Amino acid sequence: MINLVKKYQNAFSVSGYETQLAEIISQDLKDVCDEISIDPVGNVIAYKKGKDSSKKLMIASHMDEIGFIVTNIEESGMIRVAPIGGINPVASCYNEVRFKNGTVGLLVVEDGTKLSEVANNKLFVDIGASNASKAKRKVKIGDVCAVSPYFKKLSPKRYASKAFDDRVCCAISAYSALNCKTPAYDTYFVFTVQEEVGCRGAKPSSFTVMPDYSIALDVTPAPACGNPNHLTVKLGEGAAIKIKDSSVICSRKLVDRLTDLAEENNIKYQYEVLLAGGTDTSAMQIAGSGSHACCISLPTRYVHTPVETIDADDLKACTDLLIALIENGAE
Amino acid sequence: MKDLIKKYCNLLGPSGMEDSVREAIIEDIKDSGAEYQTDAIGNLIVFKKGKKRRNKKVLLSAHMDEVGFMVKYIDEEGYAWFDSVGGVDRRVVSGRRLVFCESNIPAVVASKAIHMQTLEERGKCEPISEMHIDIGATSREEAKKYINIGDCAVFEPNYEEFGDGLVRSKALDDRFGCAALVKMINGELEYDTYFAFNTCEEVGCDGAKEVAHNLRPDVVIALEATTAGDILGVSKSKCACSVGEGAVLSIMDRSTIYDQTLLELAVETAKEKNIKWQYKNVVAGGNEAGVYQRAASGARVLAISAPARYIHSASNVLAMSDMEAVYQLAAAINERSFE
Repeated sequence: MINLVKKYQNAFSVSGYETQLAEIISQDLKDVCDEISIDPVGNVIAYKKGKDSSKKLMIASHMDEIGFIVTNIEESGMIRVAPIGGINPVASCYNEVRFKNGTVGLLVVEDGTKLSEVANNKLFVDIGASNASKAKRKVKIGDVCAVSPYFKKLSPKRYASKAFDDRVCCAISAYSALNCKTPAYDTYFVFTVQEEVGCRGAKPSSFTVMPDYSIALDVTPAPACGNPNHLTVKLGEGAAIKIKDSSVICSRKLVDRLTDLAEENNIKYQYEVLLAGGTDTSAMQIAGSGSHACCISLPTRYVHTPVETIDADDLKACTDLLIALIENGAE
Repeated sequence: MKDLIKKYCNLLGPSGMEDSVREAIIEDIKDSGAEYQTDAIGNLIVFKKGKKRRNKKVLLSAHMDEVGFMVKYIDEEGYAWFDSVGGVDRRVVSGRRLVFCESNIPAVVASKAIHMQTLEERGKCEPISEMHIDIGATSREEAKKYINIGDCAVFEPNYEEFGDGLVRSKALDDRFGCAALVKMINGELEYDTYFAFNTCEEVGCDGAKEVAHNLRPDVVIALEATTAGDILGVSKSKCACSVGEGAVLSIMDRSTIYDQTLLELAVETAKEKNIKWQYKNVVAGGNEAGVYQRAASGARVLAISAPARYIHSASNVLAMSDMEAVYQLAAAINERSFE
């Protein structure tokens, strides 16, 4: 499982530029799925036939991560970038970034910027070019980059990495597709694009699938120190069953069903009420004639930084809970 | 194309009241052999057969509406209080000449003469909710003979060519796009193609939503006007695009991350046909492409725009050569099969 996470985490997959990861996931699942397609927006839709084909379950995890897009190359060879998705400029700056073509640079802040003034419009990338024409040989306007892959085992059970949001959930979904017994319903493992810029991929893919039940898989912030936002989800306390976030109020039926499945199978769980932040859950809930939608969240510290941190027990709990739902159905 | 642009720009068609624009377009394409129909909210959908079929359903889209002003209250002195329809910068409204749609009643946006302003008022721009339209009436009764609550006005038609190949007019956003599509419809097409002339883009791309769901295209090319930043006070790195530098290809804006294969195809086509083009290098604005990309099961989208200075004001300034470049690039890309 952790190898799958590592593999996906290494792929280049900034919002709008997810083709590399889409290809890897399609390859991984092609032997266990009845059909795999990639839609016009780039979503991977992997279909597995179930025992009861009168119902459809959709599982969505997003392939994209936040990053930066080149908007200008200055005379000096410094590259001006704009954020893609909810960038935390303080956490991002002075990290190594990597472009799709492999060019490596440093994300830096305009000279003389005070810490309190660090903002997305003050960010540049230094690729070591001494002037614009040298820079343009490696990078052009519109190219995108993300923080370079980093993966660290902090303790026997805790891992830190960039882009656990949401590669770790792509891994949960793919692992479940590879290892589950025959699903209860026709099941669609969907790996969505462009979640970080407004859940854009989930809209067309849920319209295509038109699920009866849908589960999003995403990370949720877990407090580490301070906790000014009074977050209640804790690292190491199990799979978080989402009750609400700012985009969705989850289907009570699915919240209860997931709770029952967790109890029956001795899976550690907790509830999540997230006051800020949206997920693909909402797009699936309101697509077409609507579906019962919920989200299994993986508690994660330092979300949207290069050192997102998770707990292996939580990872297992989320996976077990998802597989239990796939195999046993929602009713 | 110049005559078409001039004709369409001088029509009065704010969001929700695009009838005169639609009628003019129908008049111009009715002998082209294309099939056309108007849907429930006024979008005009045109289908024109080409020499060949292709597997992909390809749609070219432009919007008919322009920004405008809607009357919300008429006071005892005969002034009409109003709100904007679409995003208008309030600083470009005060003192403008307007015309009411359908009735053609001329009007001005009232502004207090500088002589009468208090010191605090000087140099400030009041919000649109505190401005009013003067149609020359002296009482509510008199005003109501000519206008009513809900009536809409737009900037007075003012199409004019000036400078070196530039055009200044209201509503170039996006009537030039309409003109480009009409020219394509009246020409010969390589492949079967759908065209949409949409309503209500300026108030949230409402027209495109219906078109997308009814038509379910595979590939959509939006023709638009986009903000040019080659004006005083904007640094080069934030200038987005420049007038006279050719058709603008967007990579990412507030509503869309564009399809890379289409973008590559556009760049390749422009180079091949020697059409002047530029990237939009600032992540700003948005258009109908975002709606098409994510409506129903989704579509691959591309936006080809003409750079416009002072967009959404009474005088959009565009270069005729850029508008030609948008037309040529769109027409050239439409000769592809998109397989």
